[in-house]
Amino acid sequence: MENLVIELARYIIIILLTIYTLYCFTVFRSSDRKRQAKKFNKQIALLYVIHFICYLVLFLETKNMQLLILYMFQIAFFAIVLSVYKVVYRNLSRLVLNNMLMLLMFSFVMLTRLSISLAIKQFIIASVSLMVCLIVPLIIDKAKQLENLGLLYAVVGIGLLLVVLVFGRTQYGATNWLYFGGVGVQPSEFVKILYVFFIASLLSRNYDFRQIMKVSVLAGAHVILLVLEKDLGGALIFFITYLMMIYVASHNPLYLFAGLGGGSVAAAVAYKLFSHVRVRVMAWKDPWGHIDKEGYQITQSLFAIGTGGWFGLGLGKGLPSSIPVVESDFVFSAISEEFGGIVAFCIVLICLSCFIMFINIAMKMKRNFYKLTALGLGIVYGFQIFLTIGGVTKFIPSTGVTLPLISYGGSSVLSTIIIFCIIQGLYVRNK
Amino acid sequence: MIGSGKKKQNKKISANDKRKSTRAYSTDGFMDEDYSSYLKKSLEDEGIFSSEENGEANTTQGRQSQKRYTSNKQNQKRQNRKEQNVAKQDNRNVKVSVRKMQTTEEPQPMERKRGANREILVVTYIFIGLFVLLLANYTHFLFADSKTVINNTYNKRQDLLAERVIRGQILGKNGEVLAQTVEDDEGNSKRVYPYKDLFVHVVGRFDKGKTGIELSENFNLLTSNANPIEKIVNELSEKKNVGDNIVTTLDVELQKVAYNALGNHKGAVVVMEPSTGKILAMVSKPDYDPNRVTSIWEDLIEDSEKNSALINRATQGLYPPGSTFKIVTALEYMRENEKYKKFEYTCDGSITINDMKIKCYNNKVHGHLDLKTAFAKSCNATFASIGTKLSKTAWLNTCDSLLFNMDLPLPFPYKKSSYTLDTSSSDQLVAQTAIGQGNTLITPIHNALLVSAIANGGTLMKPYVVDHIENYVGDVVSKNMPSTYGSLMSSKEADVLADMMIDVVNNGTAYKLSGKKYQAAGKTGSAEFDSGSSSHAWFVGFAPADNPEIAVSIIVEGAGTGSDYAVPIAKKIMDTYFSR
Repeated sequence: MENLVIELARYIIIILLTIYTLYCFTVFRSSDRKRQAKKFNKQIALLYVIHFICYLVLFLETKNMQLLILYMFQIAFFAIVLSVYKVVYRNLSRLVLNNMLMLLMFSFVMLTRLSISLAIKQFIIASVSLMVCLIVPLIIDKAKQLENLGLLYAVVGIGLLLVVLVFGRTQYGATNWLYFGGVGVQPSEFVKILYVFFIASLLSRNYDFRQIMKVSVLAGAHVILLVLEKDLGGALIFFITYLMMIYVASHNPLYLFAGLGGGSVAAAVAYKLFSHVRVRVMAWKDPWGHIDKEGYQITQSLFAIGTGGWFGLGLGKGLPSSIPVVESDFVFSAISEEFGGIVAFCIVLICLSCFIMFINIAMKMKRNFYKLTALGLGIVYGFQIFLTIGGVTKFIPSTGVTLPLISYGGSSVLSTIIIFCIIQGLYVRNK
Repeated sequence: MIGSGKKKQNKKISANDKRKSTRAYSTDGFMDEDYSSYLKKSLEDEGIFSSEENGEANTTQGRQSQKRYTSNKQNQKRQNRKEQNVAKQDNRNVKVSVRKMQTTEEPQPMERKRGANREILVVTYIFIGLFVLLLANYTHFLFADSKTVINNTYNKRQDLLAERVIRGQILGKNGEVLAQTVEDDEGNSKRVYPYKDLFVHVVGRFDKGKTGIELSENFNLLTSNANPIEKIVNELSEKKNVGDNIVTTLDVELQKVAYNALGNHKGAVVVMEPSTGKILAMVSKPDYDPNRVTSIWEDLIEDSEKNSALINRATQGLYPPGSTFKIVTALEYMRENEKYKKFEYTCDGSITINDMKIKCYNNKVHGHLDLKTAFAKSCNATFASIGTKLSKTAWLNTCDSLLFNMDLPLPFPYKKSSYTLDTSSSDQLVAQTAIGQGNTLITPIHNALLVSAIANGGTLMKPYVVDHIENYVGDVVSKNMPSTYGSLMSSKEADVLADMMIDVVNNGTAYKLSGKKYQAAGKTGSAEFDSGSSSHAWFVGFAPADNPEIAVSIIVEGAGTGSDYAVPIAKKIMDTYFSR
């Protein structure tokens, strides 16, 4: 009987998530608010059902009472967030809210499956983050000066990165961790947000050549510091964000091409200069030849994804622990292995839906500062997703970035939730 | 009412500290109701916009879904522009009156606002493009590559599959069961090998580390391609599905003949089909019974110095090729000398090179020889002499092109052959190498590939041992078709060599294969491996010479001459094959 439930659960989750994803993309077909609201409510229902099924399966397999308690807390969490946020952020984008909760739900489920202590930590961080972010709309409303502090943001950002470079601890090859009495923080995750503010602030007022040069120098400082810290993924994200924001602010495609050209040159130089870049590229090109050392992680990831196939091995039935760092960077492989390729595909589409909504919101913004901010944050989010998933599926070399909201990682979750809430805040304030 | 409405609207506008939206239309496709109705209302109340046009512009766009938006990029852009033009024409006065109400906060004209979103659109498309590529790569991986990728010893998940699937069978080419899983009532399963040690090196073993086909086809044996409905029913009722069967190219009868003919000697036999690359038989002795591998494991490991029953000598055994290497020497000589047919040599039983004496077998004096006869009689003096006159660089290139020092296209683990003669080598070493001694080493399977290529007009077919995979009721899941590896030599060269090899049988050292109703061709070899003691007996050959159907490579360790020990094995195999 148990096995029947676990087996059926696999197919039910696939069907439900596919419906949810379809709703993401069809909800705006009808301009009737009531119909849209209905679809959003259906999405929430799907969220609860999938969440329930996942925890049911996990409980049947582990019989761990802690699970039940965690589940109860999570139900409360979803219910509270859904109700409180609708009040504090009036007329927020319900699609973004639903998607955020859905991604968090998968994070909770997957981390519970991998290690319940991690799951608990992640849950606590998410709850605290969402609580803290309730003040975001307030800040946006009250602090009119936000958009003039461009230089301040840049200075603080560079300062933080410098601190990390000097005092930081190295983990997984990148020196981007600061430890405060046992608790590790990744400041670059928060600098991301300051960075977007700085560029948006400087460019919203003035986008002539001098200003662009100013922005470029400061942005370049950020990127170089990250490269020095060996956080290649971070450096890439910062660079691309800068590039796109310059392009949009200046309406000049020349900057885009120049930037891409310059970026390629820089990448080639980095390849020649840094051995750790060469190692990553080699591991990407031919992981099979180095299967027991440099290529181990990516080959295990491909094994996981490949063995899972489209329908997955079943929650709890795979071997995700064979992938190093599976709880953070490679959590996507674990999801693909156990839930299946269809679910993994849908999750990518859900992230894409969030990104498109962010861009949509950016387009609706009237003030340039908000427009650029929303755009910048959207790109930071979207590009990170691309780097993560590209890295674990061997589409591009692995760059050591996490999958926002789903990977385990306090700084990552907090900063992503801040990004989501800022964008929601801007969207709400626009009215 | 209108007045207060106006005021309200004005208040709303200025209170929100926005400049009046100078857009009379949307440029994105994502208008949701609120924004579009706000726009409608505000402009209507100002009395500068009629509802229909505005409404039209809005609802058409409002209804577009994101999906359609991205796929109809061109139409959307055109529509945007159309609407812009429509709006422009009808509402030129809009600009005027609306501008009056503009706050002077952001002195940016209408075009710029529209422009900013255009760039955002471009960025969006770029990103959507990236994501599409990402998902395409993912999909491609799952559809095309994953099957081969996951069939890897480093993938521990395969063992997980065994919990849900009964491992399939390995069958001979005529359906004989070479390996199968037997389950008893308590659900314990055991892998059984009905032919015991006969196929142990090629089919492999299951316990103590999989080898052979059990290893290379592990994933396929644990995959069930039974009827999908049946699979789902089984899954739900907790029954195991039945894995697919691997049908090999192995010929049980030929394998038995080779096995018996090798007898108690150590060595290896490989039988291939030159025109397709199919491996019909592969025997390596000493061997062991895979059914009992767990109980005899300690002995097997301990004895590895002397017996090494665990090693597949056909693929991993490196031996000096002995006189079978004269094929290569002859080929190189032909390549360097157009007039090879006019070659002449007088053999007096030995040759001395820099104080080193190389003798012909049994000190036999061969007398006056041409290349063909020297080859047939395997005259050491002739070939040692030829060797010293060859260009070492060209010879090395030829050996590389014959896959010495190279990766071989084999579907199982193997050792690479080695040929190390170069320009700095001494004449003595050159002479030794020319007759297949020296430092050269070759595996029996590589020798089989060489002779198959000669038999196939110079073209080597990729060897394979899995003919097709079928589900447990016999439906074919996938079939391996013969594929060409490449040309190892020109067909003319192959013909000349084949001709010489026929002479080896009819007038030379492989005389035990002569006088048969099939014309065989080949080359014997007696490879010395340490001074004084006996030699490894080699024979490589194929038959029938004019349209070869099988090729063999045989080595009998330490037995004696190729003529005495290897050729009879070839005879038994070929007799069996051609008696069908």
